Amino acid sequence: MATSASSKLNKAVKQQYMDLPQGDMVQAMYIWIDGSGEGLRCKTRTLDFEPKTIEDLPEWNFDGSSTYQSEGSNSDMFLIPAAMFRDPFRKDPNKLVLCEVLKYNRKPAETNLRKTCKQIMSMVENNHPWFGMEQEYTLLGTDSHPFGWPSNGFPGPQGPYYCGVGADKAYGRDIVEAHYRACLYAGVKICGTNAEVMPAQWEFQVGPCEGINMGDHLWIARFILHRVCEDFGVIVSFDPKPISGNWNGAGCHTNFSTKGMREDGGLKIIEEAIERLAKRHRYHIRAYDPKGGLDNARRLTGYHETSSIDEFSAGVANRGASIRIPRSVGQDKKGYFEDRRPSANCDPYIVTEALVRTCLLKEEGEEPTDYSK
Amino acid sequence: MATSASATLSKAVKQQYMDLPQGDKVQAMYIWIDGTGEGLRCKTRTLDSEPKSIEDLPEWNFDGSSTYQAEGSNSDMYLVPSAMFRDPFRKDPNKLVLCEVLKYNGKPAETNLRIMCKKVMEMVEDQHPWFGMEQEYTILGTDGHPFGWPSNGFPGPQGPYYCGVGADKAYGRDIVEAHYRACLYAGVQICGTNAEVMPAQWEFQVGPCEGINMGDHLWVARFLLHRVCEDFGVVASFDPKPIPGNWNGAGCHTNFSTKEMREDGGLKAIEDSIEKLGKRHSYHIRAYDPKGGLDNARRLTGHHETSNIHEFSAGVANRGASIRIPRNVGQEKKGYFEDRRPSANCDPYGVTEALIRTCLLNEEGDEPTDY
Repeated sequence: MATSASSKLNKAVKQQYMDLPQGDMVQAMYIWIDGSGEGLRCKTRTLDFEPKTIEDLPEWNFDGSSTYQSEGSNSDMFLIPAAMFRDPFRKDPNKLVLCEVLKYNRKPAETNLRKTCKQIMSMVENNHPWFGMEQEYTLLGTDSHPFGWPSNGFPGPQGPYYCGVGADKAYGRDIVEAHYRACLYAGVKICGTNAEVMPAQWEFQVGPCEGINMGDHLWIARFILHRVCEDFGVIVSFDPKPISGNWNGAGCHTNFSTKGMREDGGLKIIEEAIERLAKRHRYHIRAYDPKGGLDNARRLTGYHETSSIDEFSAGVANRGASIRIPRSVGQDKKGYFEDRRPSANCDPYIVTEALVRTCLLKEEGEEPTDYSK
Repeated sequence: MATSASATLSKAVKQQYMDLPQGDKVQAMYIWIDGTGEGLRCKTRTLDSEPKSIEDLPEWNFDGSSTYQAEGSNSDMYLVPSAMFRDPFRKDPNKLVLCEVLKYNGKPAETNLRIMCKKVMEMVEDQHPWFGMEQEYTILGTDGHPFGWPSNGFPGPQGPYYCGVGADKAYGRDIVEAHYRACLYAGVQICGTNAEVMPAQWEFQVGPCEGINMGDHLWVARFLLHRVCEDFGVVASFDPKPIPGNWNGAGCHTNFSTKEMREDGGLKAIEDSIEKLGKRHSYHIRAYDPKGGLDNARRLTGHHETSNIHEFSAGVANRGASIRIPRNVGQEKKGYFEDRRPSANCDPYGVTEALIRTCLLNEEGDEPTDY
């Protein structure tokens, strides 16, 4: 079966070692986004104290020439701790530390989208922007075929799998269960899970998170999923269209609201926001996957509950639209809306930043405004 | 899969026995370096009480003709306890005891590089030399093929594995996690780990250690790694170029500083040291692997983030140089430097001693000075 060699190592042996007391020493695993804008990297250092806040964690550095981020002749890059979580693999007092990456000259690395996102979020703090992101993903064996699928073929067509139960419907639930618990332990704001339309495809939701927290929590949730899958010996893919043809793609639907939208009569603000989004479709499409729209082009076809990548549309309870207003929101005349365009492998920092720029900062046109001038 | 027969033995059964109380008796595992200069050996004795310091441990001996260290006709060799650690396999109160080896006539064995290193370190005590060594290694199956690699082929090319996460990126993390905890328990000064550029290749770092401690802690860390891998049924290799071709080698980059280098303006002392190292390249190359440079010749090609074995070079943030000055050291004008030449299977006693001789004792020429 296509699980990894590592997963067959004796876990009872490993547990004996993990039970060894560690005295006052604490392991801090620093995590960062590599040059692809999608991949995550990590390395660990020992601290001789338990960090209580992010300020307790020292800056670090790494070899960017090995992560598609710099040349070998000038390869040092800086890791700046940004958000700290409990470590569900090594457990307390050990930590996971999500970091921003700076280049050798201390400017943000190309794929460090957090820096600008944080600046934008701080400009609209009073609007209390809340986000909830629905992360879809596909489980693959080490042969890169979807987990549980027949090795040289396909399962029966989509229909029975969404939220399904049973060995013929749900492929790999152990991973989902383990990931959920790991996120809860770590302090990630995971708010739900469900099996998705394609077998071996699942979804978890993170939120509601305000401002910069959305990106932080989603990236850590992704890291935890990679590590959980590694332990089980399978692979998680955030590719937006892992199997071509009559099989669903994977997105990252992003729910968004502001204080104004959540208050009575907020529907008007929602509709205004959607009008602005309609005029800036291409800017958002460019922001919604790590390849400026090329990845999403395989997913946003207008079929399989997606909108077409070339057209902007919005509607109440409409899953074929770019923006869906939940029916309850249409009825209560307040709440939030769902942008269904982001790809499963999007960077949540730039997705949330784009929504704030267009809807709250009222930007127009193809380029984001440079507020540093 | 290529894990050992031992790894399939019932660990639950073993645990029942390991849970048996041992009264006042203590197990002390004596560890030493064999005649290859790379291999580690160990045997255990019972003590009637828990040793509190190294002085409590008696000298011992062993059959050197079985470890490439002596002839059968005159094979007794002495084990002299040097450094003591907690035992993460048998747990408290049991101990691991790193030993020096002496020949029948009381002189140091050929591969006992500790004795000379200790003398040299004592000569420069007041300069407080600190070391940090980055030990790279490769996990192999019992078939000698890298762990997790397809049995009759290769994984995808290097790029995604360094610090990677995921079953398609990280091969054998369990070993790394277990080793880290074992080192922390034992009291080894392990300061970090990361996945390396080649899949199934990993690195741990030990330090900062002052003087003779560097060699002691690194040898014990290596012993712990061999034992952890043995428990999982895989093999740790410190070969500097386990797979030829477009696959990274394994080194033991050595970071070094003195009190002066760490203080304001220390960059000058760093640059002076690098100048001295620049004039003594072949002496250091001879000291940096157990075969006088032959092992490193397969690794130091000038590609794969190495310098070329025939040329000495140095640079800030340059991973293709023999010596790299970290960028923040260049900026703060003080700190430490990294000698990237030592091989993964180097003897840390020989490496640290060579750095002291050249940089602090100002030696020159191809031979070490006899004090």
